[in-house]
Amino acid sequence: MTELTDLSIAEARDKLAARECSAQELTMASLKAMDEARSLNIFITETPERALAMAESADASLKAGTHSPMTGIPVAVKDLFCTKGVRTTAGSRILDPFIPTYESTVTANLWQAGAVMLGKVNMDEFAMGSSNETSYYGSVINPWRAGDVQTVPGGSSGGSVAAVAARISPCATGTDTGGSIRQPAAFTGTVGLKPTYGRCSRFGMVAFASSLDQAGPIARSVRDCAIMLGAMAGYDQKDSTCVNTPVPDYEAALSGDIRGLKIGIPREYRVDGMSSEIDAMWQKAMDWLKDAGAEIVEISLPHTHFALPTYYIVAPAEASSNLARYDGVRYGFRAALEAGDGLTELYEKTRAEGFGDEVKRRILMGTYVLSAGYYDAYYLKAQKLRTLIADDFAHAWQKVDAILTPTAPSAAFAFGSKPDPLAMYMNDVFTVPASLAGLPGISIPAALSADGLPLGLQLLGRAFDEATVLKIADVMEKAAAFTARPADWWRKGA
Amino acid sequence: MSVDKATVERIAKLARIRIEDHRLAPLAGELNQILGWVEQLSAVDTDQVKPMTSVVDHALYWRDDVIADGSKRDEILANAPAAEFGFFAVPKVIE
Repeated sequence: MTELTDLSIAEARDKLAARECSAQELTMASLKAMDEARSLNIFITETPERALAMAESADASLKAGTHSPMTGIPVAVKDLFCTKGVRTTAGSRILDPFIPTYESTVTANLWQAGAVMLGKVNMDEFAMGSSNETSYYGSVINPWRAGDVQTVPGGSSGGSVAAVAARISPCATGTDTGGSIRQPAAFTGTVGLKPTYGRCSRFGMVAFASSLDQAGPIARSVRDCAIMLGAMAGYDQKDSTCVNTPVPDYEAALSGDIRGLKIGIPREYRVDGMSSEIDAMWQKAMDWLKDAGAEIVEISLPHTHFALPTYYIVAPAEASSNLARYDGVRYGFRAALEAGDGLTELYEKTRAEGFGDEVKRRILMGTYVLSAGYYDAYYLKAQKLRTLIADDFAHAWQKVDAILTPTAPSAAFAFGSKPDPLAMYMNDVFTVPASLAGLPGISIPAALSADGLPLGLQLLGRAFDEATVLKIADVMEKAAAFTARPADWWRKGA
Repeated sequence: MSVDKATVERIAKLARIRIEDHRLAPLAGELNQILGWVEQLSAVDTDQVKPMTSVVDHALYWRDDVIADGSKRDEILANAPAAEFGFFAVPKVIE
């Protein structure tokens, strides 16, 4: 018999509707899995009582027939979403303690749809990282190991993907600024979708780089991402950049018919140092698409090479501005002061002790590029490059309907193996360009590396055309038939 | 353009982050490494390019100018490290 924690959202939805299991049973199975996986350090805050109460009301609405596809589905929430009455940390000491008095729009939409919150999951501090090693609450451990070597889950949504890969929950919320949903999804054999900028409200999401941040679903199948995105997305007056455009039925878009669609292969994504197994997976995916009746078209995105350095000006600049709010006065952590210390010492000591090294590095970098005399040379230059990068994609959409690339240049790596910040930044080389252009992108697992670790493929689409991205990804997912799962070595007594 | 210890000290002051003296030189090195790498952007001719101001192609929405929220003093103060008499409390700033 299939364990309840193995069920996809779609399967659980059907079983709940058929009264073959209850939301409370599903939730209890997830809570047990959460308890057994504590050694993976996934959850910062567990909310079992709230989960059971939400499951009880989900069962009531299932009984009353007022349910929706997400009713009774357990969700792990990235600790970047403000949750009313539940501690929210953003993986940082500077928000210790912070208990929001309001709810983020994305989580409010999920609870409105009847989903069940299991708790708040770990992440890189303020979503700044690609390995989950910058969290004040310690690193998340990837359920996937290379032999006996533990690996990072990717970042910044490391707790979210690990919760899904370890089968604690069928899905999790993530956020993506430069690849923080897609890269960790690739590292853990999960499916992660970054929607178009403006598709989901950013209200109540702790801000990192406001022109890039976007919430999205992480699950174990394309169909589940489609279902979950439908519940997360939608116009919200509280976010002026959230776009008022209809949210289609994403699940209905999964027709399986991609005949005649044109899929672009950008030649600039063949970077030096990419492993041959990733290249082989990419080639194979082109064959799957051709077999399904799509046409493969070679394209050029000439400014790809400049996307990462552009990102590492724009994102730190916005971060230095956004993180100015952490002053030790209004919420969160305040450093202990000495006699005679004034307001300046309060700010400087609080921020010195409250932020970790990577966050400080980015705030300083951002402060520098925005400072008098340097603004034009760095920030304005980067915003011009961003226009060129977005134009590259705009030209591509005249020829193709979607773009296929690998998600990351490698599989998950060992802890501490990238001590150099630049080496760490290179992880996002394939995900950052679409972020700068605001475009939707999905990562699906498509192969295993020689070490037995999952590898991901990324599919990018036109702005607000998540439906086409999901439709093509669904076809690729069936062709890839990726059924591998991590051995549950972390389970007590297993 | 390269960053020295004095520059790190100056931007740390602007950013209101106290940096210990022994950390200034290593931080200058790290920032120079990143700045050296982003320097490659200067090779691109952008004289005729407009800087991006909005990544999605839509105008901001108008809304009615009405009070929709407020009267939440206690909620706002609920997370303050120190609050007294309905205000945020900070160290004495006037002698």
